[in-house]
Amino acid sequence: MKWVLVLMVICATTVGDVLRSLGMREHGEIHDFRPGAIGSAMGMIARNGYVIVSTCAMAVSFFSFMKLVSIAPMSFAVPMSAATFIPETLLARVLLKEQVDWRRWAGVLLILVGVVFISQ
Amino acid sequence: MVRESVVESQRPADLQAKTRLFAVLTILSNVAGNSFLTKGMQQLGGIGNSPLALIGALFHPLVAIGVALLIVWTLTHMALLSWADLSYVMPVTAMGYVVTAFAARIFLGEMVSPARWTGIVLVTAGVTLVGRTAAATAGKSQ
Repeated sequence: MKWVLVLMVICATTVGDVLRSLGMREHGEIHDFRPGAIGSAMGMIARNGYVIVSTCAMAVSFFSFMKLVSIAPMSFAVPMSAATFIPETLLARVLLKEQVDWRRWAGVLLILVGVVFISQ
Repeated sequence: MVRESVVESQRPADLQAKTRLFAVLTILSNVAGNSFLTKGMQQLGGIGNSPLALIGALFHPLVAIGVALLIVWTLTHMALLSWADLSYVMPVTAMGYVVTAFAARIFLGEMVSPARWTGIVLVTAGVTLVGRTAAATAGKSQ
């Protein structure tokens, strides 16, 4: 059960982050920070399909995390959720075509080893 | 353009003080939020897996305080990201994992094994390293 919830948190967060990134890129960079412009940008973003699915995924992620801390220690659940960096970096490279330099890969590798230690 | 003018209008010392304050707020609200959430969920015990039961759990006082603090965390984190570099914010976020382990030990009475401490330190180092890279690289040549 613990590992099912860990998997759900990681998958839902990854889907949420990647889709939110896709949705925000579709919207384009926000330049105008006046309240009215922010309001209309928020309105457009809220109607973006990617952003809607992303928000649902984030809700799944949060409720899975809530359930996880009811059965697992916090010192396990919180650092374990950092494992999202691993699939997110892979997807950022493949799906979002981001350039991932060696430091980021090294960071992901450290997180991977760290997660293995935490799971002991 | 608007962002730059906001930054320029402030004295560097003020901006630094504001950045430090928000960094501390970001860590504390995250750790306190997770601690309250965990304590509340543990008190509720076996509540089953239905989404309705989980939504109902939001009304438990400790869970509600935890969620409120996590909303504060999201807002302070977003605010911090609006003016500070990601390479500054990521290590700040990463430090949260270490503080979380101490909070788990002190407030929740969790036994944190040496293996878990090692893992937490590695995750912290990893997240810090991920942050030490340029923020916008998409579309640039490989």
